[in-house]
Amino acid sequence: MNFLKMGALEIGRAIREKQASVREVTECFLDAIEKEDSIYHCYNTVCREEALQRADEVQKGIDEGKYTGPLAGVPVGIKDNICTKGVKTTCSSKILENFVPPYNATVVERLLDAGLVFLGKLNMDEFAMGSTTETSATGVTHNPWNLDCVPGGSSGGAAAAVAAELAPITLGSDTGGSIRQPASFCGISGLKPTYGAVSRYGLIAYASSLDQIGPMAKSAEDCAALFSVIEGKDEKDGTSMPNPPFDFAEATKGDVKGKKIGIPEEYIGEGIAPEVKDGILKAAEQFKALGAEVEFFPMPSVKYAIPAYYIIACAEACSNLSRYDGIKYGYKSPEAHDLMSVYVKSRSEGFGMEVKRRIMLGNFVLSSGYYDAYYNKALKAKKIIQDACFKALETYDFLLGPVAPTTALKIGESLSDPLKMYLGDIYTVMINLAGLPSMAIPCGFDAQNMPIGMQLIGKPYKEAEILSAACAYQNVTDFHKKSPKN
Amino acid sequence: MQIDRDLVLYLEKLGRITLSEEERAESMKDLQDIVSYMDTLNELDTEGVEPASHSFPIPNVMRADVVTNEANVDAILSNAPEQRDGCFVVPKTVE
Repeated sequence: MNFLKMGALEIGRAIREKQASVREVTECFLDAIEKEDSIYHCYNTVCREEALQRADEVQKGIDEGKYTGPLAGVPVGIKDNICTKGVKTTCSSKILENFVPPYNATVVERLLDAGLVFLGKLNMDEFAMGSTTETSATGVTHNPWNLDCVPGGSSGGAAAAVAAELAPITLGSDTGGSIRQPASFCGISGLKPTYGAVSRYGLIAYASSLDQIGPMAKSAEDCAALFSVIEGKDEKDGTSMPNPPFDFAEATKGDVKGKKIGIPEEYIGEGIAPEVKDGILKAAEQFKALGAEVEFFPMPSVKYAIPAYYIIACAEACSNLSRYDGIKYGYKSPEAHDLMSVYVKSRSEGFGMEVKRRIMLGNFVLSSGYYDAYYNKALKAKKIIQDACFKALETYDFLLGPVAPTTALKIGESLSDPLKMYLGDIYTVMINLAGLPSMAIPCGFDAQNMPIGMQLIGKPYKEAEILSAACAYQNVTDFHKKSPKN
Repeated sequence: MQIDRDLVLYLEKLGRITLSEEERAESMKDLQDIVSYMDTLNELDTEGVEPASHSFPIPNVMRADVVTNEANVDAILSNAPEQRDGCFVVPKTVE
């Protein structure tokens, strides 16, 4: 049995049916990471000893009937901004390079309760600020489909690890596309849940009103399985909601018959690469063949999503990142002696340039004199965008569109031009502003054999609907089964 | 909106960071590009629109005022760059 090629649910089944032991599976992934991660750099930290010890505990738990879920014994990789007790959580930043959380994020506790085994912590853009994983202080992750390309970001390590078969399933986070866009660039599936569907307790904050944790895997079905483990109300996160119960069977039924799908015209208009557009239109045809109705409709507010998003995200980021003071935790400059120099030197030496840029932008849009013209204006634009999304979802069961205007870019291409990098988020940020769930799945390849991704955008708390549509698509296509490693 | 060197210096001060001269020059250009792009929001008519906060209505979230977290002092302090006698060490702030 080649575990590396198997999906998370398949691995779980093999373990339950005693065709494999948890240790065997865990060791297999750890060995692959040891052998190959130097090529890709998906992991910031690998927890070999902890994982093997945990594997034996979980095996015992399964044998004794303590762990009965479908993912019991399955190894999982975790983005390095999700707190893991006793295991370094760095946000790929020098300022947190030695930070060892004294507690687990709620999602991590839920993975433990479900019997999953942690392989390690995955590379990302520093503090999730970036769309390429190039802003990581630990170095870029390479796209397994072409090592000269970025994996996308910010959950680049989490996406590349699945594509490179160095984890069957991973947890990422999505503030403006950070699960969906790397999933798209790496040819895997990723779910950005509804805002409030998954607890953010223990997720190191970037932009709190937009951040959301979600699953990344080889298939929509695996994403559904991990989502069912992590979703639900958490007392420790005041914005988490008592969701309607998530029905795994319903979510994996694979049915779109009679559903109405809307494609925003602006999502396939100016700026999209022809091959990506073609991929989306073919996917639309596929959905029609599966019994859905597909229509195009105008959504002019799309144009304002990027400026509104970056204003709001940077404003929240500069507040959230004010906690890094060189005193309570994190990097302290050895040159600093008085209070102000502890702050200024530690932060200047500890943060990378993209983080500094967003701190400055955030301070700009919040500062007196500019607050109304920028921050307040952006909140009003957010309202208009939300209303447009909710109105569209009164007509349609879900929306369909590309994840990104292009396939994966070459390493170095967008780092020198931050605005260009921001513009690549055109199709994803609107969904975070509206708080909606969105599922990214592969729907083709371009002439360079780089994966093309589409997203299915659903109504609030209707993850099951978009997952079911994604399963329906994956039941009749094989893009998600392609691997860069053959 | 024009971004000049003084504004960049002011933003550095607000953010408690300092840039090298080279980074400062680059930031001026990058911030100018980004803020000019943000200015496209001016085209959008927001007259009479209420600023959005959350996407979905969330009523006040309250819980009983009971301490539930553990006194995990050692683990918390172990992350501090400097600690002494169970406390964070900070530079002298009052003369």
